[in-house]
Amino acid sequence: MTNTQIENPKILLETHHHPPTTWKTYFTFSTDHKVIGIQYIVTSFIFFLIGGILAMIIRGELITPEADLVDRTVYNAMFTMHGTIMLFLWTFPVLVGLANYLVPLMIGARDMAFPRLNAVAFWMVPVFGIILMASFFLPGGPAQAGWWSYPPVSLQNPTGNLINGQFLWLIAVAISGVSSIMGGVNFVTTIVKMRAPGMTFFRMPAYVWAVFSAQIIQLFGLPALTAGAVMLLLDLSIGTAFFDPAKGGNAVLFQHFFWFYSHPAVYVIILPVFGIFSEIFPVYSRKPLFGYKVVAVSSLLIAGVSGFVWVHHMFASGTPAWMRIVFMVSTMFVSVPTGIKVFAWVATIWGGKLRLTTPMLFALGGLIMFVFAGITGIMLSSVPIDIHVNNTYFVVGHFHYVLYGTVTMGMFAAFYHWFPKMTGRMYYEGLGKLHFWLSFIGTNLNFLPMHPLGLQGMLRRVSSYDPEYAFWNVIASIGGFLLGMSTLPFILNMIGSWVQGEKAPDNPWRAIGLEWLVASPPPVENFEEIPVVISEPYGYGKSEPLTANLEKQELARDLN
Amino acid sequence: MTVNSSISREELQESLETRTVEHTHDEAANSMFGFIVFLLSESIIFLSFFAGYIVYKTTTPDWLPPGVEGLEVREPAINTVILVSSSFVIYFAELALKRHNMWGFRLLWSTTMAMGSYFLYGQAVEWSSLHFSVTSGVFGGMFYLLTGFHGLHVFTGVVLQLIMLVRSLIPGNYDQGHFGVDATSLFWHFVDVIWIILFFLIYIWQ
Repeated sequence: MTNTQIENPKILLETHHHPPTTWKTYFTFSTDHKVIGIQYIVTSFIFFLIGGILAMIIRGELITPEADLVDRTVYNAMFTMHGTIMLFLWTFPVLVGLANYLVPLMIGARDMAFPRLNAVAFWMVPVFGIILMASFFLPGGPAQAGWWSYPPVSLQNPTGNLINGQFLWLIAVAISGVSSIMGGVNFVTTIVKMRAPGMTFFRMPAYVWAVFSAQIIQLFGLPALTAGAVMLLLDLSIGTAFFDPAKGGNAVLFQHFFWFYSHPAVYVIILPVFGIFSEIFPVYSRKPLFGYKVVAVSSLLIAGVSGFVWVHHMFASGTPAWMRIVFMVSTMFVSVPTGIKVFAWVATIWGGKLRLTTPMLFALGGLIMFVFAGITGIMLSSVPIDIHVNNTYFVVGHFHYVLYGTVTMGMFAAFYHWFPKMTGRMYYEGLGKLHFWLSFIGTNLNFLPMHPLGLQGMLRRVSSYDPEYAFWNVIASIGGFLLGMSTLPFILNMIGSWVQGEKAPDNPWRAIGLEWLVASPPPVENFEEIPVVISEPYGYGKSEPLTANLEKQELARDLN
Repeated sequence: MTVNSSISREELQESLETRTVEHTHDEAANSMFGFIVFLLSESIIFLSFFAGYIVYKTTTPDWLPPGVEGLEVREPAINTVILVSSSFVIYFAELALKRHNMWGFRLLWSTTMAMGSYFLYGQAVEWSSLHFSVTSGVFGGMFYLLTGFHGLHVFTGVVLQLIMLVRSLIPGNYDQGHFGVDATSLFWHFVDVIWIILFFLIYIWQ
């Protein structure tokens, strides 16, 4: 197996430092995938901070058993908006942003297949974000029916106004859906049609495989949610009867529409993070990704299985027993391709020369927490356990291990890993490590206590509780505040290093992959000439002092 | 695993030669691929509505609103024949364009537009004659949702056809390629297939 990946000595010999993109570029309708990628990332990070502030209010309320900090309706709005913002305005757009930045570079394309469509899809994010935020200022406040908006609760309209919090919520989700479909069409077309010569499917980095699989889920799952959202919107605004049991409608049908997409949506979020792990572990272990082809195909397998698991969210919704068993088994089956990935990462790290830089720490921390989330996930897929802990903090703990412990930690790993490439500057390692330890300890302090709480029977979505649950809640709240604080060193680090960090070389991690062959930050056109790919990715070797591209650089120098 | 390094000098030389061939991507092929992906995705919305319709139809005790006997099939059937035939007409329009027969294209293309417009007119007449509304239980909601959402697609198709017709009047516009025409035509076939399913679901399976 050869470890070299591509050829384009011209790029290696000359460094093309185009005039730097100024901060003003990020406020324009740019069609450059790199600008759009950073626009997505920064926008969604701002919403992450807003969602985080709401989380602080929730943990502040729950630090004492009494409902003393906020009103109960305000509390309902807090957890509804926290969930909505974190999913639709943080995890989805931030992963699309990273993919936007990386995918064309990784497959040797100059841009996405449809650059203008890409820009339109991005600009919808701030638009629906603002629509969602506007609901805070409406009479009656924002939506209060939880991020899943189950009817008939979501059909309640105490203010009697047509334009209420729930209405704006549905409009925002619809715009988000349109934006994601545009993104899905763009990514799938780009990956299928725009790969550089020589880049076969089995020479694509595992990250590109993961994005490809995730976007296929978007394309084939999201329309179902859109259908349900349209029907709910009609119920809410013009009084149709689809989901309103009082008028002969079927409220459970909404749950089917909702989860048919929203469970696969979990894989839309986590597959790119698996891809990030698959990029990071080989670089900082100096070993090829173990079982690359299997890891690549397992992403597609997860995407395939994801369409057949949604009913596990409805075990307690009057679902017939035979159906519960079918969906229990199909849900457990997801652990097969996922387990393959976990073993492949462990085998990659095993015996490697580990460099414990910030990205590696975040990826390792994310992996540890994902294993824990996976175990509780298998527990939850089992009907008897699910019935027992249904609607308790056990579920909340499980999905926060997925969404914070794995997805958000994985995103931070990616931010640090590709920061030198994106900005041309190095981040401060010390601040990065502080960020990691604060968030690792904070995550576990915050979300681990939710599991015993759930097993003891503490319900979710409540603002007051029996004092017997106080102990674990105090610990969880302390962990939550620690987690909130952990964001500060990150913000300091990113702004500080972007403004005056040390200049980064083109390939600071001695990584292999097309994106590391271009200058940092990459020129507008990405590649002077489209590279020709000649072998599989991940050619890291134990005895090799230099990475492949540096070696090629020398070879290329010899040639001239 | 052994590491190896490498590419030989010959391999490098070879790749230097291959890369000089500028790698171009066919824009129209990309657009068509993207459009097909979009249509596949959109068919899921219709499939979701159809699935909802089947669930409601089979589980709702009082399916038809009070005073409603059923739907009149004759007029919609005529409408169906017209819409399905227009799919053949648009195919021949596209064929004429491929043979650079511009007037043939414009004639057949306008015929498709007329047939699509007639379909919309027929549906408007049907809607105005019905004795139930969108709020008449789940049936009323589903009926207007499905026919309305499909009608919106027919309307979009006719608008796209109008744009393509106007563009064909500018000389030389379709000499190099006609992605817009191909995509509109594909969209029209898509809208037709959806209607056939919809017609059987709503009008035949009563």
